[in-house]
Amino acid sequence: MAEKGSEIRLDHVTKRYPGQKAAAVEDFSMVVPAGKIVVFVGPSGCGKTTTMRMINRLIEPTSGTITIGGEDALKIDPDDLRRRVGYAIQQAGLFPHFTVAQNIGVVPGLLGWDRKKTADRVEEMMDLVGLDPGEFSGRFPRQLSGGQQQRVGVARALAADPPVLLMDEPFGAVDPITRGHLQDELLRLQNELRKTIVFVTHDFDEAVKLGDKIAVLGDRSTILQYDTPDAILANPADDTVAGFVGAGASLKALTLLRVRDVELGQAVTARVDALPSTVELGEERFVLVLDQRDRPLRWVHLKELAHAKSLAGAGRPVQDSVTLQSTLRDALEAMVNEGGRAVVTGNRGEYVGTLDLTTVTEVVQRLRANA
Amino acid sequence: MNVLEYVADRWDRLSLQALLHVSAVVQCTVLAAVIGVATGVAVYRSPVGSALATALASTILTIPSFALLALLIPVFGLGADTTVVALVLYALLPIVRNTIVGLAGVDPAVSDAARGIGMSRFGVLTRVELRLAWPAILAGMRVATQMLMGIAVIAAYAKGPGLGSEVFSGLANAGSANSLNQALTGTIGVVILALLLDGIYVLVNRITVSRGVRG
Repeated sequence: MAEKGSEIRLDHVTKRYPGQKAAAVEDFSMVVPAGKIVVFVGPSGCGKTTTMRMINRLIEPTSGTITIGGEDALKIDPDDLRRRVGYAIQQAGLFPHFTVAQNIGVVPGLLGWDRKKTADRVEEMMDLVGLDPGEFSGRFPRQLSGGQQQRVGVARALAADPPVLLMDEPFGAVDPITRGHLQDELLRLQNELRKTIVFVTHDFDEAVKLGDKIAVLGDRSTILQYDTPDAILANPADDTVAGFVGAGASLKALTLLRVRDVELGQAVTARVDALPSTVELGEERFVLVLDQRDRPLRWVHLKELAHAKSLAGAGRPVQDSVTLQSTLRDALEAMVNEGGRAVVTGNRGEYVGTLDLTTVTEVVQRLRANA
Repeated sequence: MNVLEYVADRWDRLSLQALLHVSAVVQCTVLAAVIGVATGVAVYRSPVGSALATALASTILTIPSFALLALLIPVFGLGADTTVVALVLYALLPIVRNTIVGLAGVDPAVSDAARGIGMSRFGVLTRVELRLAWPAILAGMRVATQMLMGIAVIAAYAKGPGLGSEVFSGLANAGSANSLNQALTGTIGVVILALLLDGIYVLVNRITVSRGVRG
């Protein structure tokens, strides 16, 4: 993986269909920064897909200029241009008569790579998107689940290592759980690849999760607001944007923050083999019992501690914990489930601290104040 | 003399007629496929064009084969030319219609993805759309072949090649010693050959249709 993202610049781009009064896209200007994910979000029919499709000229703009990495996209042969711009769509659009490996190898083939290089590349891409080449390369699309098809779609889009990737609701047709996984994987990939990605969706939550920047689009693809997700959540530009952000903006903002970004509290802890009488609670009313490898086991209350013979069976088990990578929204969920503090664990499941509601509230208020 | 004895006795001539019959049908089907697919490709994007091409091909099919031969003989004369033209015309309808249906049935998302990743228009057509429409086109050719096997018999009226001449001389000499044998040989021969060709279509389908789209 060599090629990093290039900047995309749209300048006064307009698309007008003959015989229609209103333009489909009117005077659209935007800079998509190199190596970032920009999400176009807006209601159906607002022109977000049309705008995206003008970048690889599946739709020719009526006027305006588009440059990719400084190069005028309108001066490149459209087929060449599209071979250099990754493209992934809803329901993947895989070729049903090609195997998975053939599907992924199409663009390298069009670019004239030799057989060996293409085969190596296909294998690399399958590893990248988490499909075992041995098991999947000979399968046909209809033998895959929806989520697996989308992975192949992403692998195909990335196969020729394009600096720019266009994604049109690529996860729109899969179930919510799979969609969550695919989103996580896209973020993981992007951490490695640093492509410039234009991502179209009508799901604002998806936009918040994936976007480095979000463009909220209105009719004729007018930009209502173009900013970072937290800025849009904290401070929507107008009522339309606010309506689109929807209720629960504060909760959505919590999905942007990770547990590792906030200051953790500490509980009183004790090893599971310690004698109950040796535990020093001080001001606290609970002790967190850890196993031999420091993994959290149980919460024991002050009163139970007095009667308990050992810490192994006293109190109640820790049912829900979060990791440093979890979002604050997950942490909030854990707090609600646990009825108080959420236990935070590290990479090996070891105890690293606790998080309480006061901390979360403070974070939300600070976000509001900064925006 | 029964049918088997008749066949054994005239094996040389009959096997040559059978070969000519099959060869005429197969060649005409292939020629019709080339013309039919080209027509389908030319019109499938336009609803009006598609309707027009299908209607035209249907009209040809409604002309009785004797009438068509009668119309063609003055232009192309007696013999193979007239037979070929008639057979190709009759084979067009199933092939044109199935080509149009097959191409129109390609998921637009697949064609869009093909364009979007940089295939040329010609590439999208030959590597994706026609490949996906191929099972339908092949089914059209199969129907066409079956039809032509029967129609080729009638073509003997225009002095075309094949088993039709057996049937016609059987008819012409009705009542004479071998007339029934001739008619039977011609008819049964055509049926057997049609079944053989159909088997070959099953084989071709297996070999040329990707496992990813086979039903």
